Amino acid sequence: MHTQTMAAVPLSRVVLDALRKLNPVTLLRNPVIFVTEVVSLLVTLLAALAAWRGAPWAFQAGIAVWLWLTVLFANAAEAVAEGRGRARAESLRRARGETRAKLLARPDDRALWHWRDAPELRENDVVLVEAGDLVPADGEVIQGIASVNEAAVTGESAPVIRESGGDRSAVTGGTLVVSDWLVVRVTAAPGNSFLDRMIALVEGASRQKTPNEIALDILLAGLTIVFLVAVASVVGLASFNGVAPSVPVLAALLVTLIPTTIGGLLSAIGIAGMDRLVRFNVVATSGRAVEAAGDVDVLLLDKTGTITLGNRQAAGFFAAPGVAEAELAQAALLASLADETPEGRSILAYARERHGLTATRPEGATVVPFTAQTRLSGLDIPGQGSFRKGAVDSLSRALGIEPPAALKEAVERIARAGATPLAVSRDGRMLGVIELKDIVKPGMRARFDALRRMGIRTVMVTGDNRLTAAAIAAEAGVDDFIAEATPEDKLAYIRNAQKEGRLVAMAGDGTNDAPALAQADVGLAMQTGTQAAREAGNMVDLDSDPTKLIEVVEIGKQLLITRGALTTFSIANDVAKYFAILPAIFVAQYPGLAALNVMGLASPESAILSAVIFNALIIVALVPLALRGVRYAPVGAAALLRRNLLIYGLGGVAAPFIGIKLIDLLLSVMGVF
Amino acid sequence: MSWIGWAQIALVLLAVTATAVPLGGAMAAIAEGRWRVLAPVENLLYRAAGIDPARGMGWRAYVLAMLAVNLAGFLLLYALLRLQGVLPFNPQGLDGVPPWLAFNTAISFVTNTNWQAYSGEAAMSYLSQMAGLAVQNFLSAATGIALAFAVIRAFARGGASDLGNFWADLTRVTLYLLLPLCLVFAAFMVAGGVPQSLSAYVTANTVEGGTQTIPMGPAAFQIAIKQLGTNGGGFFGVNSAHPFENPTPWTNFLQSWAIIALPMGLALTFGRMVGDRRQGWAIFAVMMLFVVAGTLATYAAEAGGNPLHLAQGVAQGLGNMEGKEVRFGTSASALWAVITTGASNGAVNAMHDSFMPLGGLVPLFLIQLGEVLPGGVGSGLYGMLVFVLLAVFVAGLMVGRTPEYLGKKVQAREVKLAMLAVLIVPLCILGFTAVAAVLPVALASVQDAGPHGLSELLYAYSSAAGNNGSAFGGLTADTPWMNTTLGIVMLLGRFAVIVPVLAIAGSIAAKPRLPQSAGSFPTHGPLFVGLLAGVILILGGLQFLPSLFLGPLAEHFAMLAGQTF
Repeated sequence: MHTQTMAAVPLSRVVLDALRKLNPVTLLRNPVIFVTEVVSLLVTLLAALAAWRGAPWAFQAGIAVWLWLTVLFANAAEAVAEGRGRARAESLRRARGETRAKLLARPDDRALWHWRDAPELRENDVVLVEAGDLVPADGEVIQGIASVNEAAVTGESAPVIRESGGDRSAVTGGTLVVSDWLVVRVTAAPGNSFLDRMIALVEGASRQKTPNEIALDILLAGLTIVFLVAVASVVGLASFNGVAPSVPVLAALLVTLIPTTIGGLLSAIGIAGMDRLVRFNVVATSGRAVEAAGDVDVLLLDKTGTITLGNRQAAGFFAAPGVAEAELAQAALLASLADETPEGRSILAYARERHGLTATRPEGATVVPFTAQTRLSGLDIPGQGSFRKGAVDSLSRALGIEPPAALKEAVERIARAGATPLAVSRDGRMLGVIELKDIVKPGMRARFDALRRMGIRTVMVTGDNRLTAAAIAAEAGVDDFIAEATPEDKLAYIRNAQKEGRLVAMAGDGTNDAPALAQADVGLAMQTGTQAAREAGNMVDLDSDPTKLIEVVEIGKQLLITRGALTTFSIANDVAKYFAILPAIFVAQYPGLAALNVMGLASPESAILSAVIFNALIIVALVPLALRGVRYAPVGAAALLRRNLLIYGLGGVAAPFIGIKLIDLLLSVMGVF
Repeated sequence: MSWIGWAQIALVLLAVTATAVPLGGAMAAIAEGRWRVLAPVENLLYRAAGIDPARGMGWRAYVLAMLAVNLAGFLLLYALLRLQGVLPFNPQGLDGVPPWLAFNTAISFVTNTNWQAYSGEAAMSYLSQMAGLAVQNFLSAATGIALAFAVIRAFARGGASDLGNFWADLTRVTLYLLLPLCLVFAAFMVAGGVPQSLSAYVTANTVEGGTQTIPMGPAAFQIAIKQLGTNGGGFFGVNSAHPFENPTPWTNFLQSWAIIALPMGLALTFGRMVGDRRQGWAIFAVMMLFVVAGTLATYAAEAGGNPLHLAQGVAQGLGNMEGKEVRFGTSASALWAVITTGASNGAVNAMHDSFMPLGGLVPLFLIQLGEVLPGGVGSGLYGMLVFVLLAVFVAGLMVGRTPEYLGKKVQAREVKLAMLAVLIVPLCILGFTAVAAVLPVALASVQDAGPHGLSELLYAYSSAAGNNGSAFGGLTADTPWMNTTLGIVMLLGRFAVIVPVLAIAGSIAAKPRLPQSAGSFPTHGPLFVGLLAGVILILGGLQFLPSLFLGPLAEHFAMLAGQTF
């Protein structure tokens, strides 16, 4: 993992960036590392002064080198994170290329256009995009239909359909029209397009600190002040006892105590979190949105396509009295043989699965196709009979018979459960019904359970009636549902939940979703959706898979967990560093304090240097974790806290004892001090 | 260490735990305005002062009212001390208190510190004791509890802008809690042999033919509020080591109980008022954990005796008895030292200066940890809640949500204010000690050389910053430099903490109380207790490690090597 993440960005680039970031003005953003840099400079000057005067300087120089490395490692961590984003940004930029647009003089006249450079397009300009042209800017299709290759943005090379009106009217700048033509109204000002925002985001350029990051910064700055005072006070306190610790030693104490580990990794964690989202093909408009995703309490999910597969499938055979189920299955199979719809295919699959039946179309069979008049379809096979299937009332009417009472009951039960009954007949005799159901995607119940363990309620949104909705909700295991949902219902539900202090996330694609998307704390719009929906949401899923909302929540949580875990680790580290450095400073005056050298470090110099080296190396060691994120498991807050406190809290106390001891051993073996 | 010693300690702590439940409930009832037995008296007071007790105050108004009362208290006390020579109830004809000392003492009693750079029987008239010091004892304690009420309300309410009415809180705490408790307690003290008299000092002829002046005074009542209100300012110079202030093991038992009864009870008040008693018990448990651990360490250090004396063949069967009263012994002295420093009380029944180095380290460290274990009345709880917010913030991120406590999100504003509140104490302690450690004018006050002398200096500024008020001893505190700097530190340690804390309360109160879910981690139970204890040690204590290394720890290891200071 280590080499992998590091290898993604050329080392020379990282080194250069790390050096460039030494500029104190840019470092001011990060008070912990800024203080480290100031101290490094001070110690370097002192070491140089000592050397110039002919005094012993090697120890001071050693500390100076490792203090600088601490700063550089912190810078490098950020550079690596940024570098990975930049690589992606470069490919996006290439996609954008130098586009020229065919600017229409009048929206309704496709013949009259002239060239205009894409960067000079303004909002509400109307352009013509024909096969082979790149879409010059984000916009709304107002005329035409075309297939568009959006690989540049989504990475998916299969072209998608874009057309005026409806829910697929949005086009993204940088994508390629591969057939036909579109008239597009530009909706984004230059430099503010979707692609521009995406580039800025992955590069980390437009990265603003998120609320939790700001709070954490304050904590770290506060700790830095406390330890500055604590270390400065040592001068006075020690002089009372006739001890005068040297400045480099105090500098070492200060830098090891201030939270350099988390200070050095904080921005890398943020950039990497964003990058994880982008690699997941979701683009967020801000880090704030990602963080909000971690806080979400309520998840609004559309039923069709998100919770269920979205097409009805055979899920049961109900035979009429006196008919064997196998006979019904055989008839259903034959009646569906010529039916190429997904429903028809699913009946074949179900018959095979349940009764091991397969069939090929017999010679001489006549296909009876579905028509709007008969609303029946089937197959006539000479010598075997005439097989039909269709809606129960259509078939009854066609055959002129009433279904038996037992069958009627089954029909009603199926309808109540939100499924569709389909009757099957053979030679004018109703054999039974097939239950067609919108199948809940496999694994959804487990995922909802996992979400519940994290305190997140899932709410299913559907246009079905209450009864149907309740049945599917129960089957899928969601906590609540909104039946016969109108856009207003969704909006009202979100507002209500928010009034109770809950954070709501939802996915949507249509224009009528826009108000709800805007109202939700996390609104995930689909790339295939309308421009309005994309503008309203604060994230766009390039794969247009609404189920991803769940992963987005997990990424948000992982981001926060990583920050918290490394902060805890960083602060917990201080205990060991004290026990390395303090006895070393005062042992000359009070030899008894050697008893507190619990790690048994070889000499005062080696103890101090080991602590400083550990402090620098731990940043490098934790870069992969910062970039990858701390493992997230949906086990509930209490269990998660116990686990992370154990690893990063207690581990944070213990790790430096071991690490510093090892470095000290190494220094002794090498005979440095 | 003996089983009798352990039994004495256990008895006090059990009594504290048993009474914390009813006291916690009573304080909740007072805070919520459910106890109005003396409503006519209350109303009379409100009418006289033109106060509407039902009018809620925002945090700014609450702070301003509190500051106004305390400023007035300071000015009145200062004037009274300066003028006591010409005022009545001065049978000994004591002179007015000199300006620097009066400044220091007035601040000391207003801030609930009760640092005493004077000896009561030699410097304070009865009027100063009763109308000045005792009144401030009540007022500063009631102020602390009122502030705690305000902070608790912030957590209990959702989307609120008011924290209650300061005037009503102050009146009710005094009327329904402090006065009745003190009356009963004073009666017990009198029964135990503590004087409550306005007569002049008695001159006695001793058996050897000399004369001895035996100080008198209205001591019992003042001792009651001194103990119960975590004030700690002794009526007599040597505080509860004085045979008139704390005559018997039984008065000692009651006084020990009184030191932490209210601060521990307030933890349970918190749980009741926020509607989840387990939350109160978690905080109670953290406080008790430190008290028990501290007592264990101190008792062990003191009961073991002085190894140097042992080496010279001096029997140490009773442990290190230097500076301790024989009627209390090492166990009751060790327990007292821990709770009086843990609770920001500052009364003493033994000389902390004479403790073994490690025995003296524990009280010092308990003060430095921010006076939250259990801390002063009120101030301990609100100080603890600041640590709770920091613990929740650091650890809360680790469950993948914006951290929240009791359904209140902990965000940048709260973290900023909480850091301000916890920064001020270490800044004061370390900053002033470090400066004093190199300034000749300050060094003149220090009695001992080496690490022990440093401990004396460090303890003084820690005690002042933590509003504790106990003295390590060995320090000449009544100098202009000491009086002034300690006075400033006491002010900062009290009010520079209160203002950000109340600002936090204001911002917490305004937040909606979100429903708890499986996604918010539980803030009760052993895991949280351990977490909070760790955060207090690391965020509250680690910065003092260098000073402890140079003070008590250096002394301890030097002593083991046979070196004394």
